[in-house]
Amino acid sequence: MKAKFLVPLLLFFGLAGFLAFGLTLNPREVPSPLIDKPAPDFSLARLDKPEQTFALKEMQGQVWMLNVWASWCVACRQEHPLLVQMAKQKIVPVVGLNYKEVRGDGAINARGMALEAETAMAIERARRWLSDHGDPYVLSVLDIDGRVGIDFGVYGVPETFLIDRDGRIRYKHIGPITPEALKDVLIPRIEELRRAG
Amino acid sequence: MIPELGHFALILALVLSLVQAVVPLVGAQRNSMALMAVGRPAAQGQFFFIVFSYVCLTWAFVTSDFSVQLAATNSHSETPIMYKITGVWGNHEGSLLLWAMSLSLWTVAVTVFSRHLPDAFLARVLGVLGLVSAGFISFTLVTSNPFERLLPAVADGRDLNPLLQDPGMIIHPPLLYMGYVGFSVAFAFAIAALMSGRLDAAWARWSRPWTTIAWVFLTAGIAVGSGWAYYELGWGGWWFWDPVENASFMPWLLGTALMHSLAVTEKRGAFRSWTVLLAIGAFSLSLLGTFLVRSGVITSVHAFATDPKRGLYILALLVIVIGASLLLYAMRANKLMGGGSFALVSRETSLLANNVLLTVASASVLLGTLYPLFLDALNLGKISVGPPYFEAVFVPLMTPVVVLMMFGPFLRWKDDDLAAAVRKVAPAFIASVLIGFGTAWAVDHVTWRTVLGLSLAAWVVLASIQLLAGRLKERAGASAGSRLRSITASWWGMWLAHLGIGVFIIGVTMVGSLDQSLDVKMKEGQRAELAGYSFVFRGAVDADGPNYDAARGNIELSRDGRVLDTLTPEKRVYRAQGMPMTEASLDIGVFRDVYVSLGEQLEDGAWIVSLYYKPFISWIWMGCVLMGLGGIFAAADRRYRRLAAREAAGAGQRVAASA
Amino acid sequence: MKARSKRLMLVGGGVVLLFAAVALVLSAFQQNLVFFHTPTEVAEGKAPTGKTFRVGGMVEEGSIKREADGVTVRFAITDTAKIIPVTYKGTLPDLFKEGKGAVVQGKLENGVFQATEVLAKHDENYMPPEAAHAVEQAQKAATTLSQ
Repeated sequence: MKAKFLVPLLLFFGLAGFLAFGLTLNPREVPSPLIDKPAPDFSLARLDKPEQTFALKEMQGQVWMLNVWASWCVACRQEHPLLVQMAKQKIVPVVGLNYKEVRGDGAINARGMALEAETAMAIERARRWLSDHGDPYVLSVLDIDGRVGIDFGVYGVPETFLIDRDGRIRYKHIGPITPEALKDVLIPRIEELRRAG
Repeated sequence: MIPELGHFALILALVLSLVQAVVPLVGAQRNSMALMAVGRPAAQGQFFFIVFSYVCLTWAFVTSDFSVQLAATNSHSETPIMYKITGVWGNHEGSLLLWAMSLSLWTVAVTVFSRHLPDAFLARVLGVLGLVSAGFISFTLVTSNPFERLLPAVADGRDLNPLLQDPGMIIHPPLLYMGYVGFSVAFAFAIAALMSGRLDAAWARWSRPWTTIAWVFLTAGIAVGSGWAYYELGWGGWWFWDPVENASFMPWLLGTALMHSLAVTEKRGAFRSWTVLLAIGAFSLSLLGTFLVRSGVITSVHAFATDPKRGLYILALLVIVIGASLLLYAMRANKLMGGGSFALVSRETSLLANNVLLTVASASVLLGTLYPLFLDALNLGKISVGPPYFEAVFVPLMTPVVVLMMFGPFLRWKDDDLAAAVRKVAPAFIASVLIGFGTAWAVDHVTWRTVLGLSLAAWVVLASIQLLAGRLKERAGASAGSRLRSITASWWGMWLAHLGIGVFIIGVTMVGSLDQSLDVKMKEGQRAELAGYSFVFRGAVDADGPNYDAARGNIELSRDGRVLDTLTPEKRVYRAQGMPMTEASLDIGVFRDVYVSLGEQLEDGAWIVSLYYKPFISWIWMGCVLMGLGGIFAAADRRYRRLAAREAAGAGQRVAASA
Repeated sequence: MKARSKRLMLVGGGVVLLFAAVALVLSAFQQNLVFFHTPTEVAEGKAPTGKTFRVGGMVEEGSIKREADGVTVRFAITDTAKIIPVTYKGTLPDLFKEGKGAVVQGKLENGVFQATEVLAKHDENYMPPEAAHAVEQAQKAATTLSQ
């Protein structure tokens, strides 16, 4: 075997190594500056009791997840059964951030709609969706205009944030949660955070 | 029940593909006829089960069985039946199944049309194809099961992406896949030849028609895809150099090089090592393309990282298939040296030069495609590599290819006199440059790009005419008809395909230099002018379709006071996903298209209308059609059938003698 | 010609070609890479002047204004920290809306971003690659005249 005939093989291995490295990157992972930083504070109306608000600090002392969802979100449907199952097994408390329920839906022209009307519509749609598909959330809050989503750097729906006892964001999952991601990434991290303090 | 049957059939297909992979390879090694004979029925059985499985999946779509997740996310009860059927491959899982089905179809074709091949060789070919097939079917089953249930079922589906609800999208993916996957046959032939250590002219002759047909499919697939982009995306672009397109274009470039290299290997026995490498390379790039699109390594920001397992699985597949082939190549390559010798000035050299250029071009596309990933990996910033990069690299690389492509056929095999050959083509060459300048001046657009493009096109056309005239002169005295008949189909194939490149260049150059567009605000009754055409807006009406709501504009197209056509561009909103879509309307002509699309409606009721004038754009696709026809001619050459018949007869005699 | 010198010529030709191709690719990269910047980076002067680059962010609420001709549009792109004014002449993509994501490509002139290309972000669903690809192609609005 002459060395020069190995050149194509070596070139290919170089490329393959690089591609393997590329797989570990996520091209959509806009590096979140929020990781390990305190989660942005918010106080939003609850979906179940819109007259009451829920604030971030109410989860103080717990390891929990904030799951961004909306009824118009296709990929949310994909991860939802998993969230329902997680809730049954009581793996971790999950708070739902209902994100731009009305104005995020491309089918609806929400321009010029009064905020009250939009909120009422959002509540109606979101509640119906949860009753159709099951409600895995401790509670959900309404981010009608998406301001809280922006503070959290939400790029698309669904996204999920893992938050520790001190209210710091420790991990961000982009896209629907898969059983693998839950088993290999989320659960180990949750356990680690629980052990840590 | 039916989805489960489909799932089960796919598992059976996997088992059969493993049988097809292992048994004949072992048989070929041990020289056991009985074991080798298993390959053919295993391949055919595998095909049956994959088709069955595919039909089951289609059934779920057609009957709107939304307890199947794939149907629920890619179909809708109101979707027209045609798009229910095509929706099957408008997604990851279904397109993988289509990939596996194409591979199986090619394999069956090999079992049917290659009866004349020596048994051991055929056994190895089927074995290699079986290995690839097992890889892909298991990939589908393990990471992307298309029969996944969604329980409880949903009331209605999410519908197929509206952009994919188009006739062009019905045929684009199957054609493209047939092309992509077709290179697996050339690959399997090369690997089988490496295994047996028998890489001679016969091997090249067996591979040639397969490679050419795969290339025809790929050409057609790419052309249809770009045609779809042109009229469906609403702004008249036809090629974007984005990763998904590049993934199909890279194998095309290398496949083109492979076709030509095989010709040299068959005729002259030269370049054997290079040909094998190209056969491995073309298929590797098909796999790499699949990897790039499927793994999410390079996708758009809106694609979610589906599942890291998928990327890893397909990368592992890539490493095994390509790594093992290149290792085999490294072990056997020294046997491939030698072959027909040739002088520096010869047809071989011109073909070699073009092969190298095509390979370099393909590498530069790969580099441009991967570069953003590379910079991101090294934390050097987020960038995009757009069309300007590819054009800057591609034009200089392709210019010598086109010049040589027409010069090569004037050269003799083995050895020729450079001065004499140059004298022969010099008049045509000089005339082309003059025509290029003259035409560019005549259309009042003298830029180096226009001049270069038109000169190259003129060169292709003039040299083609001269080539044909020369060929007809060879048999002076015979009647014109018999002279034409004496030319072989494969020569016509070469001639047509090269001429197609010329036609293609005319289209690209003209539309690139002379297209015009205008965005204009129009109220009912208003008129706009572009490129000598006038457009009168006659208002917009509601025009709802089965699964969308739409506004349809009505624009009267006229020239010099004569009404030519009424254009009806639409603005649609697909109900299931609430997705707006622009549906352009075209007046198609041989020398120009007029293209109109609706923008948004303003508060005062006026519409923003985009008007485009696209000279010679259909020549782009006419060129592709000629290239495809050329390929068909080349593959249909009687020579292959005659030789196949002779080899089959020879094999029969050998069997009779040994019995 | 001797076999040896022929071989030398072929290899030499190949090497020259390779160098030419590498030089070509490098210079094309040098001139044609389009970098991506956030509005904050642009505001801090980190973006190049006189060179084409991309800015991504959200279309500021209430910022879309059309000029009298109907086709020249002014709007602002924001990352919620900084706001960059943009002008663009042409048809906007179907999904271009206030409060939604968009990417603009063009040059910065006197503090105003002159866009030659506008890409709207699809609604905020994550999608499988095929759909995302098709949608993005559709969401490109390009002014062919600018070429």
